[in-house]
Amino acid sequence: MSSKTKNNIVSTIEPPVELDVAAIRADFPILDQKINGHTLVYLDSAASSQKPREVINALLEHYRHNHSNIHRGLHTLAERSTEGYEKTRSHVAQFIGGVPTEEVIFTSGATESLNLLAYAWGDLNVHEGDEIVITEMEHHANIVPWFQLAQRRKAILKTIPITVCGHLDLSNLDTIITPRTKIVALCHMSNVLGTINPVAEIAEAAHKKGAIVVVDAAQSAPHTTIDVRALGADFVAFSSHKMLGPTGVGVLWGRSELLEEMPPFNTGGEMIREVRFDKITWNELPHKFEAGTPNIAGVIAFDAALSYLDKLGMYNIHHHEMEITRYAFERLSELDGLEIQGPQVVEDRGGTISFTDPVIHPHDISTFLDSHGIAIRAGHHCAQPLMRVMGKVATARASCYVYNDKSEIDALVDCLKDMRKYFGV
Amino acid sequence: MTSSLDDMYREVILDHYRSPRGRKPLDKANILSDGINPSCGDEITLSAQVNGDIVEDIHVDCKGCAISVASGSMLAEAVKGRSLDEVRQIAQAVRKILKGEEDAKLPEELEDIESLRGVRQFPVRVKCALLAWVTLLEGLDKLEKSQTDNSDTISTEEKD
Repeated sequence: MSSKTKNNIVSTIEPPVELDVAAIRADFPILDQKINGHTLVYLDSAASSQKPREVINALLEHYRHNHSNIHRGLHTLAERSTEGYEKTRSHVAQFIGGVPTEEVIFTSGATESLNLLAYAWGDLNVHEGDEIVITEMEHHANIVPWFQLAQRRKAILKTIPITVCGHLDLSNLDTIITPRTKIVALCHMSNVLGTINPVAEIAEAAHKKGAIVVVDAAQSAPHTTIDVRALGADFVAFSSHKMLGPTGVGVLWGRSELLEEMPPFNTGGEMIREVRFDKITWNELPHKFEAGTPNIAGVIAFDAALSYLDKLGMYNIHHHEMEITRYAFERLSELDGLEIQGPQVVEDRGGTISFTDPVIHPHDISTFLDSHGIAIRAGHHCAQPLMRVMGKVATARASCYVYNDKSEIDALVDCLKDMRKYFGV
Repeated sequence: MTSSLDDMYREVILDHYRSPRGRKPLDKANILSDGINPSCGDEITLSAQVNGDIVEDIHVDCKGCAISVASGSMLAEAVKGRSLDEVRQIAQAVRKILKGEEDAKLPEELEDIESLRGVRQFPVRVKCALLAWVTLLEGLDKLEKSQTDNSDTISTEEKD
């Protein structure tokens, strides 16, 4: 039984099950350490999440017992590795809403997924004078590939603006997305503002004009149920390392009819069917897009990450993070003048909270917090155009995940209070 | 408070941060130099009035973290009234100090600047402390070459 909210997050009718954070924390060995003499408070999962023992063990297990190259060898280890690798693919297909397995392509990360698209789909379909629409809240990974594509093809890059509240301003969507628009690329959730975008609504507008929709789900896939078809997406990109899995593994999901018509991006071994010096034919999906030896161990361990998320339940995770975010808003409001960027309504956002102090620079905030064992991110978060729109040079960003609890928000807020005393400004 | 935090944010640095020197804009200037560290957002505009060989007055407008602001403030205090050669030597010595050259020496009266040595323990923050000084050196070069084009933006961030 499920229903869809306006933000396309599938919510089940059953009440969420509260996460047992103490038990979860015990699964993450890295959390059990002191940083600068203080218990580590890790609030930087939007940059990269920590890994449960299951994932770490899967990597070890693979290299200790099962490693070989995949898809080619005819021996036992090759079979084991291939089986493990393909098992993850099936798991991903099921995790994102039950799509055909061959529509799941492994990449090195969301960045490579988006670059693959910009070259393979973009160069084939975007022509001079065509338009590519992105939004003002994109990560550089969802700006630069399209900027470069626009340059290569003499196309026009347009942006959907944001409102002062940090939502996409859809009031002029009709004039932004036009019959010349070939691609609409947007994030499901902003890595700075935390905003969850109404992707399905925008996808509908895009499809009416004949554009394809590319969704950067790097920030949402770790935290909410993703149903790529319900999102109305044609392509979706995300990274394993933000969702408990290893670094160097990403996913590109695409509708098979689109993937079929695309030429390969990387070329070499594995992605071919037959090579002659006068003619080369491509391998079938998804292998056409997986040239060379991939991150086999990483992909195999990603399966353990997905299983861990399955066990907790994405709906429960989302609920847990909303609770923490609500509490963080409440507690951060104790600091006069502290400004939280993005939607102020917890239901409209994820657990990524960017904030600025009226006086103290985000880098000083981060250094001070780190000296007390609290890890946050400070800077422009690879979203310089958004920073410019917000009129900020940088922000401090605390982001939560399954292993965080309210006591860590207390630690953060108390430390911010001490920080103001320390700097005396 | 951990000792390393206090090593970077020494009292003298916090004092410069809370009340930066050289914040009064100049009526006229013959050195004008801009610096920016895009990833931190530290920005500095430095203008100085040089009469003959002497830096008569300096204005440092720095928007950024405590380290970059304090470093700019120390710079303003250090260079005023000195000859161009002295100023260049000081700026070069500070750069060496921040790059970890132990034997770099500063005039005794500039002990405030010595406090920037603590920033070395925080490698990612070295560029914040460097920004004002590198911007100054660039300004001096420009003056020497009598260049009027100020369009080059200085940065102390590592290039990708």
